[in-house]
Amino acid sequence: MIVSRRWLEALLGRPLEGKDVADRLARQVAPVDAVLPIHQDLRDVLIARVLAVKQHPNADRLSLCQVDAGGGAPLEVVCGASNVQAGKTYPFAPVGATLPGGVKIERRKKRGVESNGMLCSAKELGLGVDHTGILELNTDAPPGTPFLEAIPIVDEQIVIDVSANRPDLLCHKGVARELAVSLGATVKLPEIHDGTTARRHDGTSVASATRANRATRADVDGVQVRLEDPEGAPRYMIAVMRGVKVGPSPAWLANRLQSVGQRSINNIVDATNYILFEINQPLHAFDLAKLRGPAVVVRRAKPSEQIVTLDGVERKLTPEMTAICDAERPQIVAGVMGSAESEVAEGTTDIVLEAAYFQPTRIRRTRRALGISSESSYRFERGIDMLGMPEALARAIDLIRAVAGGEIREAPLDLWPPAPAGPQQPRSVFLREARVAHLLGIPVPRKEIERLLSAVGFVVAPRDERMAVQVPGWRPDVTREVDLIEEVARLKGYDTFPDELRPYRPTTVPEAPAEITLRHIREHLVRSGGGLLEARTLPLGPADSPDAVPVQNPLSAEEAHLRSRLLPGLLRRVEHNWSVGQRDVRLFEVGTVFKKARAGARPDEELHLGIVFTGARHPAHWSDGGGAPSGERAKLPDMDIWDLKQHFELAVGVAAPFCVVQPAPDGAGWVAARRDAAGEVWGAATPLEADAPKWAAPLYGLEIKIAVGQPALSRYQPLPTQPPVVRDLSLVLPAGVTAAAVADVLRREGGVLLERLDVLDEYRGGPGLPAGTRGVTWRCTFRAPDRTLTETEPNAVLDTMLRAAEATLDVRRRSA
Amino acid sequence: MSDLLASLDGLRERLKEIPQADERRLQEIKTELLGRKAGALTEILKALPALAPEERKRVGGTANALKRELEQAIAARESDLKRSATSLSDVDVTMPGRRQWRGGVHIVTQIVDEICDVFQELGFTRVVGPEAETERYNFYALNFPKDHPALDAQDSFYLGGDVLLRTHTSPVQIRTLEKYPPPIRIVTPGRCYRRDPFDASHSPVFEQIEGFAVDEGISFVDFKATLATFARRIFSPTTKVRFRPSFFPFTEPSAEMDVQCQICGGTGCAACKQTGWMEILGSGMVHPVVLENCNVDSEKYTGFAWGMGPERIAMLRYGIPDIRLFFDSDVRFLEQFA
Repeated sequence: MIVSRRWLEALLGRPLEGKDVADRLARQVAPVDAVLPIHQDLRDVLIARVLAVKQHPNADRLSLCQVDAGGGAPLEVVCGASNVQAGKTYPFAPVGATLPGGVKIERRKKRGVESNGMLCSAKELGLGVDHTGILELNTDAPPGTPFLEAIPIVDEQIVIDVSANRPDLLCHKGVARELAVSLGATVKLPEIHDGTTARRHDGTSVASATRANRATRADVDGVQVRLEDPEGAPRYMIAVMRGVKVGPSPAWLANRLQSVGQRSINNIVDATNYILFEINQPLHAFDLAKLRGPAVVVRRAKPSEQIVTLDGVERKLTPEMTAICDAERPQIVAGVMGSAESEVAEGTTDIVLEAAYFQPTRIRRTRRALGISSESSYRFERGIDMLGMPEALARAIDLIRAVAGGEIREAPLDLWPPAPAGPQQPRSVFLREARVAHLLGIPVPRKEIERLLSAVGFVVAPRDERMAVQVPGWRPDVTREVDLIEEVARLKGYDTFPDELRPYRPTTVPEAPAEITLRHIREHLVRSGGGLLEARTLPLGPADSPDAVPVQNPLSAEEAHLRSRLLPGLLRRVEHNWSVGQRDVRLFEVGTVFKKARAGARPDEELHLGIVFTGARHPAHWSDGGGAPSGERAKLPDMDIWDLKQHFELAVGVAAPFCVVQPAPDGAGWVAARRDAAGEVWGAATPLEADAPKWAAPLYGLEIKIAVGQPALSRYQPLPTQPPVVRDLSLVLPAGVTAAAVADVLRREGGVLLERLDVLDEYRGGPGLPAGTRGVTWRCTFRAPDRTLTETEPNAVLDTMLRAAEATLDVRRRSA
Repeated sequence: MSDLLASLDGLRERLKEIPQADERRLQEIKTELLGRKAGALTEILKALPALAPEERKRVGGTANALKRELEQAIAARESDLKRSATSLSDVDVTMPGRRQWRGGVHIVTQIVDEICDVFQELGFTRVVGPEAETERYNFYALNFPKDHPALDAQDSFYLGGDVLLRTHTSPVQIRTLEKYPPPIRIVTPGRCYRRDPFDASHSPVFEQIEGFAVDEGISFVDFKATLATFARRIFSPTTKVRFRPSFFPFTEPSAEMDVQCQICGGTGCAACKQTGWMEILGSGMVHPVVLENCNVDSEKYTGFAWGMGPERIAMLRYGIPDIRLFFDSDVRFLEQFA
């Protein structure tokens, strides 16, 4: 919502400062996004008086003017406007000035005569659409005075972030009402001016002359009005004005609208817009001559009825929508947008003026269905002041009479459906002083409560032990006691409440195990020494499996599914890193993945852990290479499948400790399968295919489902007190025999004395290794917890181990 | 024979290199000359048995002598190197040290943990809820009226029917109220989704931390005190905070909390749009309708709730200009906060 500082000043009868207004509003009611000075682009323009005008020697349509711009000798200026007259005052752009739109004024010959500046039209100054002549000014300011000082159009737009519950702040009166509280001022609607002199305010209020009709049809001044959709329009008012003269608005009116970013259209339309921005009542003016009947019918639209709205688009209506029609067809989509058909235009003499309350949710559904919104729909959707409508209509009539003439021959109609659906009496809400203290934490005396609430239009009356608070019509958001308590708190000022910590009782809610698990996993991975960095990728992307859940209204086709796996997203992140020249990438992510459940139900959510890595195993160090005279660096080792296996084992150990890492059945890597009989697979680790640049290292990835639960506690292992005996065992493994199978046999036979069994080396080819076989060396560490082993004991165990390996797997000791 | 002796003379020349060799060069020399498989001297020694006895004696004597000399020289150099590695004499200590890859949790995770830790010290437990929700949990139980403009700021991704990706972590309030009796004090971090296209300050996916307390006698003073304490813990003990009115359907009174701008200190700068304040969180007293929707007596119980964006707080605190950086997973970005 944009409000004009000057407009607020007019309502409050005192000068204001934009930043101060912003601060007061923010503390009391709504934040201000910006304070924007307007017309600053007229800084260079001066007041100038034309001393003499004569014909340009070489052009019929141009004149040569002697201009006093306050700078000593008069300037010779070429002017193309026909309305230039000696002795009058105009805005003048001197040489060097920049005008709105960036036009720079230069000394320039026009048809052979040098022109020293430019006399400006309203359009050239961005002050209107009139470019038929230069802008004649009515000012006593001496020539040379800056235009902005002489003409009161300098203003600031105050951009207020109005929340959805406060429609009252969508007009200047409502904003002024809040400011008045903090400034100690009062709000008074300014007298309506007809341009030069104050217009006598008509003593007979039109509002009081309104014919209130607990009916839904009546005639006014020859126009038949039928309210056939009272649900959509619970209150509907019509005035007929005859003898108006449509034309440009007076400058003050055009300026007011311009100050809030609105274009001036004509005096009638501008008057209705002015009322909208002043007191929040959207109005519509029809050209009576263009209404068939003449009738105004408020009804639900018929199926597939059509209307061409003001933006030139043909729109299909539905019975969900309220249409304002003449005797034949829709003229307006109620509360949203009108059509050109019955629009007020040049030549209109009689108008039908509508002030309505349209039901908010219906307006919202209509404007969403049509995909259009307007200043009016924005306000109707939030709820306008139903009780203030007669006053708003009266002021609109006054304003139109002032700027376009015309008269009311018959009091306006005020239709509403029979009670109880019609305009309510002001609503009352009870408020207990004790409840205020209970909720706010400090007592607020009743007197103060009354003072605060009254300041913004509530009427407080004592009722038993409570206060009965009458809610003004512009506050549809206040329906319960707690709403009034909020008013008390904010008007008193949130900053006036203490912020002392008081005792509290402990919560009944336990910590979520999932959060504990995830934190544990993150810490574990970061500590693991692999240099894994946590990534947070978008959970939206292309479908990554048949289980992927589609989003019905995605932002783009590439982000139309929820992830059902982490790896595809991580892979895209690796590619991003490659694209910026990063060769070493090590990422992990823990997060939710989604899988289709039955239709209409929430999808299944699982926690997964994903890891991807590529590049050097260690960062380069100068001591690793580069000293060779050739300048060639020793190649650092890249991470390989053994790093993958290590990461996978660590990941499985922390994410799904009941799983065991096994070779994948398809030979493509490893899987993590439950140790129990079912052997359910929880994760997999494989080399990954990717669109990699030439210089990239191999890429590996793994993903595993996370089991939420307490991490298993480590048990203390007593530190050995006896020395170990170490024996290396070089074995020849025939084709098809795995190291794991051999190790199983060795461990089983090694018994309690075999403390550790580590693979030291693998070799293929060479002496003692027949084709198809390979050599693997294990280091066996023997230790007895309670005594020092003799040399012979381990040898005997080793023999047993070897014999078993030979018998079961045909594995023999490698001959030297 | 003279060939072999000449070769040995050549190898002897290499002795001179040894006192200057660095560790790596020394290893290379060792392999080149004495390597078990293809060392030059080893080859000569291996060839000895094939020579005539006379020759074997001369060449063998020279070769073995050379081998001893080489071994001594290498050993001497090795111990030199070892000494200098620890004594630092003769070493240019300005040369860079050896790095290791460093892992780290994401900066947003760090902020989430830090914030949750502060609230855990204030008696809140950390809980979570599903990311796909129904309209009831995401909107209606939280007092969002149907067809109300308040829904405009919550443009949602729908998955079918009334299932949508939650637009805030507030549904956890309802799930908790349904399951646990007061006193409730929870802090709930989690991913949220809004149908905002990516730009420097908006992301369709973002993290939120919600807090929620319900008990008998909780007041606006408790609410202000808890959040002000949090702000002073997260920023600095002297950080000023202010509360100002706002609107959320599920709180009443509602408030935004601002902290003194962390960049200019409150004098006004571009980052705080000259206001001196930075908006940190939206909050308020729990709306009685929320309690009533969960069959909690709203006359007896009161509470407060708040929600904040850890990404935004990270951006303010670390001067990160663009929210997309959090999702790019550029290693150069992640490493800055590892």
